[in-house]
Amino acid sequence: IFAFLALMCLILAIGNGIWESDKGYNFQVYLPWAESVTSAPLSAFLMFWSYVIILNTVVPISLYVSVEIIRLGNSFYIDWDRRMYYPLNDTPAQARTTTLNEELGQIKYIFSDKTGTLTQNIMCFNKCSINGKSYGDVYDKSGQRIEINENTEKVDFSYNQLADPKFAFYDHSLVEAVKLNDIPTHKFFRLLSLCHTVMPEEKKEGNLVYQAQSPDEGALVTAARNFGFVFRGRTPETITVVEMGETKIYKLLAILDFNNVRKRMSVIVRSPEGDLTLYCKGADTILYELLHPSCESLKEETTEHLNEFAGEGLRTLVVAYKNLDEEYFQDWIKRHHEASTALEGREDKLSEIYEEIEKDLMLLGATAIEDKLQDGVPQTIETLAKASIKIWVLTGDKQETAMNIGYSCNLLYDDMADVFVIEGSTSDEVLNELRNARKKMKPDSFLDSDEVNIQIEKSSKNPKVLPDEQANGVYGLVINGHSLAYALEGNLELELVRTACMCKVVICCRVTPLQKAQVVELVKKYKKAVTLAIGDGANDVSMIKTAHIGVGISGQEGMQAVLSSDFSFAQFRYLQRLLLVHGRWSYIRMCKFLKYFFYKNFAFTLVHFWYGFFSGFSAQTVYDQWFITLYNLVYTSLPVLGMSLFDQDVDDRWSLLFPQLYVPGQQNLYFNKTVFIKCMLQGIYSSLILFFIPYGAMYNTMRSDGKAIADYQSFALMAQTCLLIVVSVQIGLDTSYWTVVNQFFIWGSLSVYFAITFTIYSDGMYLILTASFPFVGTARNTLSQPNVWLAIFLSIALCVLPVVGFRFLKTLLRPTASDKVLLKIKEAKKRPPPPSPKRRLRRTSTRRSGYAFSHQHGFGALIMSGRNMRPKSPFATTGTFSPNSDKHKHKGL
Amino acid sequence: MKNKRSSAPQEAETRPSRCPDNSAFKQQKLPAWKPQLTIASVLSTFFLTGAFCLSVGVSLVVAANSIRETQIDYSDKCSNCSKLRENSSNWNNECLCSINFTLAEDMLGDVFMYYGLQNFYQNHRRYVLSRSDEQLLGRNVDVQNTYCAPFAAYQNGTPMAPCGAIANSMFNDTIDLFYNFNSSVIQVPLLKTGNSWWTDKNVKFRNPESHNLSAAFAGTARPPYWHKPVYLLDEEDERNNGYINDDFIIWMRVSAFATFRNLYRRVSRKGQFADGLPAGNYTFLISYNFPVSKFKGKKYVILSTMVWSGGSNPFLGIAYLVCGTAAILTGFIITAIHLKLKKRKTYFQRR
Repeated sequence: IFAFLALMCLILAIGNGIWESDKGYNFQVYLPWAESVTSAPLSAFLMFWSYVIILNTVVPISLYVSVEIIRLGNSFYIDWDRRMYYPLNDTPAQARTTTLNEELGQIKYIFSDKTGTLTQNIMCFNKCSINGKSYGDVYDKSGQRIEINENTEKVDFSYNQLADPKFAFYDHSLVEAVKLNDIPTHKFFRLLSLCHTVMPEEKKEGNLVYQAQSPDEGALVTAARNFGFVFRGRTPETITVVEMGETKIYKLLAILDFNNVRKRMSVIVRSPEGDLTLYCKGADTILYELLHPSCESLKEETTEHLNEFAGEGLRTLVVAYKNLDEEYFQDWIKRHHEASTALEGREDKLSEIYEEIEKDLMLLGATAIEDKLQDGVPQTIETLAKASIKIWVLTGDKQETAMNIGYSCNLLYDDMADVFVIEGSTSDEVLNELRNARKKMKPDSFLDSDEVNIQIEKSSKNPKVLPDEQANGVYGLVINGHSLAYALEGNLELELVRTACMCKVVICCRVTPLQKAQVVELVKKYKKAVTLAIGDGANDVSMIKTAHIGVGISGQEGMQAVLSSDFSFAQFRYLQRLLLVHGRWSYIRMCKFLKYFFYKNFAFTLVHFWYGFFSGFSAQTVYDQWFITLYNLVYTSLPVLGMSLFDQDVDDRWSLLFPQLYVPGQQNLYFNKTVFIKCMLQGIYSSLILFFIPYGAMYNTMRSDGKAIADYQSFALMAQTCLLIVVSVQIGLDTSYWTVVNQFFIWGSLSVYFAITFTIYSDGMYLILTASFPFVGTARNTLSQPNVWLAIFLSIALCVLPVVGFRFLKTLLRPTASDKVLLKIKEAKKRPPPPSPKRRLRRTSTRRSGYAFSHQHGFGALIMSGRNMRPKSPFATTGTFSPNSDKHKHKGL
Repeated sequence: MKNKRSSAPQEAETRPSRCPDNSAFKQQKLPAWKPQLTIASVLSTFFLTGAFCLSVGVSLVVAANSIRETQIDYSDKCSNCSKLRENSSNWNNECLCSINFTLAEDMLGDVFMYYGLQNFYQNHRRYVLSRSDEQLLGRNVDVQNTYCAPFAAYQNGTPMAPCGAIANSMFNDTIDLFYNFNSSVIQVPLLKTGNSWWTDKNVKFRNPESHNLSAAFAGTARPPYWHKPVYLLDEEDERNNGYINDDFIIWMRVSAFATFRNLYRRVSRKGQFADGLPAGNYTFLISYNFPVSKFKGKKYVILSTMVWSGGSNPFLGIAYLVCGTAAILTGFIITAIHLKLKKRKTYFQRR
């Protein structure tokens, strides 16, 4: 644009040089050259700078101010949005930066944390299988399973004084089983109340609070508590349990601690009756190996249930027990003591000892815990995916957990062509896996003729932007933490980006905070795309800071994420509103604003350019000085601000219902070079009309009373009136959402123009400040003439009609994707009730048992993983047990 | 989100929460009119505009055609005078030049006499600036502080009144019109006042206050190209003398383009000329003072009548006709495209 300005000035300067030597030289009789000017080239040189001053309005400086105002306004809209306010913890959405609004409308990649972002980090005891019977589902009278929602009747735990009121369970048969003193059921819950490392806290009588290392354990103990097996307290050697109202004190003899390899934990207790029992809970794959052969049939039934639970995205655990022989135990505990005090190889010895006793277990059943997703997460993800936003989940969780969450929140689904798992542990393996995945997605991407390959060849070394590649189906990619470490190394980077970006969904598990940032950085580096990172915890900070836009979930996990973020709100589901509604609007508004702003300045400035050819290239302006000053400041600033603060092409419901409308933003279709050139051409066209229509209309003509009208001042007034009306009509065309404010601004600006014009052209002003207001009387004498108004009308018609026709024909002949959607919306609006979109988008979270019913069996082996427990609490560790050096952080990174 | 909408307002009432207000403005739900480009609105726009433009165009063309106009280029016809004026030392020699012409038709109604100049860059920026509005208001100003240079003051410090390039270059030919009727020559009575804007005559230009005009301009000198000082511009009419001389005012209203015409005289509708100028032979008697050949300019004298739309400029009429035609044609094209697409659509639907 600066080049354009320089070019115009140069043309005019050359023109001036020629004119001065050709005509001006002869014209010196009447107008001698200025003293300092001695030759035409010198005059041309000076004129160049004069024109720089006059034409510099093509580079609108007021643009920056207006842009900031618009951004600020749109940020306030985000703060003010009630639909992004979370009433439960009184958190409105917050735009912490005001400069990124329009980028919200261009997001291509979302990087999301899992825990606390997709999930609530709340575990719920949801289902269980006891002795071959599955509990937890609710059936209606005809035996059909019904969906659990807010209206489903909860089980009444009022018989139990110590029950946790927040606990919700819907299957009444389980309570009945407990009440009927069903022995396996009692054993099941007894186990849950004994086999754990939870600490109780009872500040008031009956008001129990559990402090659990992992939320899973807390959920299990709470479940036992509600069903009548209340874990009430522990000392290092005892566990107090209120069993169906009856207080019992168990002696705690040993805790066989959890670790990553064992994937199980056991306790050995002596009941008040004197029985020795080992209670064990753990991952099904492990525990099934240790079962007593007599449980074979029960095992099969339980496996079925386990698969079903896993299919619903629940975390499962198997529980078993074993009655111990007194003598054997005494022997064992001795050896155990030796092992735990051994100086060398203590760990190995201990696990050997553990394994010895944990065998021939009797299967009791299985538990299923729901890792509760936040409300509306699957729907949000579905909507975002429809807007062709690619979602990458970066989590510290284990692969199985992560994939399971992926399935339950609709990231991965069974219709996907394939889900690749990258878990190689050497650089070569990872490379092979990535290549194979890519081969499958796009077989010809390895041919030399592939465009991307050619491009990579061409510009080797320096980082470049990769074009988007299209896979031949919908794919998912799961990559492991250590594989990722290899993949992020130099030469594999490219491979990773190409493969991963072809997939619709990427899940990275067991990644460190640093890796999260590296992944974001990688995509930023190779893809010309706007990235967004969303997370809630301190471990997401680096990722949030790296991405173009960081979003913090102001949830439970402290404020670090929020403080380093650009936008924050309380629930993941608000993301769709932030992007699809606010982001989209901001983007469209900003684009419209820029288009219009450039247009109006081109139309304004170029008239001077044309006039140069008729005024001896003397840098004579067309308009009155006052008009030039006030044009951007007063006459045209408010309407365009009004448009860019209020405009909506479709309202929020429709843009959520048709996420495809988001796609043009990602491709930046509304403001790019082509669009800019188009609005420049439109501006040039308008300026031609705006100059030559008044020129033609005034050339050698007179008023109807024979007096002058072709004078410079009348011409200036006419040209500026034409211009102002034309740009006002133009903004009227651009505005698709006319609020009262818009009307007020547009009509107001026009009337202010006429008011100011008549004021500064009035007698009084002239007599007070003669030098400043030389246009006295022009408005009165000119605007009373019919041919002036006819010329104004003609310029409007000529400027506006082509635009109208062009726009209409464009949507008619070559509709863009979003035009089609808009058309659909228009048709849908004609039909009276639009399908209530909010209902569709928001469903209770339990509904997701409907998804992914039958996905692979392998994921049935969902494990409690690294988050189970550590027997480190001072009470739990009897002196004999060395506290296990537990490496796992309590929560996934 | 649906249940939130119902629950949130209640909450806001019970306690001061951080929940945003539920105003239409803040929720971006202001009632609005959402115009869209539909086939009906687009077509009606085109056809209505087209029809309007055509009718306006026709009436403009008809009006412009009813204008009678005679234009005579006398810069060449009075070649001896123009040669004389090329040499500035002859400035004081009077040169008269007469041009005969014939009006084939009567010029009915008010007839206006213009002088036209071509290639005279009145819109040059430095020319436009070279004046002092304050001086022309009759105020006492230091002309050195204005843009009047180099026509601000003489070397000895006497300021020019009026100053500036515009005033200095004032058109100073005098043109008289004679009607040759039955071998007798009758001078056509011409009005030299009432030719300028009321605002210019009464607001923008004022003579300095004094008991008489020559005293008011004491201490100033005429611009170098003028033959007589400003207070002698019209010795017969006090109200047309000095700065408020109509010819001067008209000249000072600079033209927007290099080719322009300024009103010089109006035919006074008296006696024989009550209905305008009858057809016949006429003679312009021109006192040729204003040199144009130096800058390759041309001078015209024009007789013209006026209509409601002004002078004889056919541009607006033709432009309207073109615009109207184009609008209607585009309208038809859009209709055709629309119908074709519609047909194709229904065709596909049927299949």
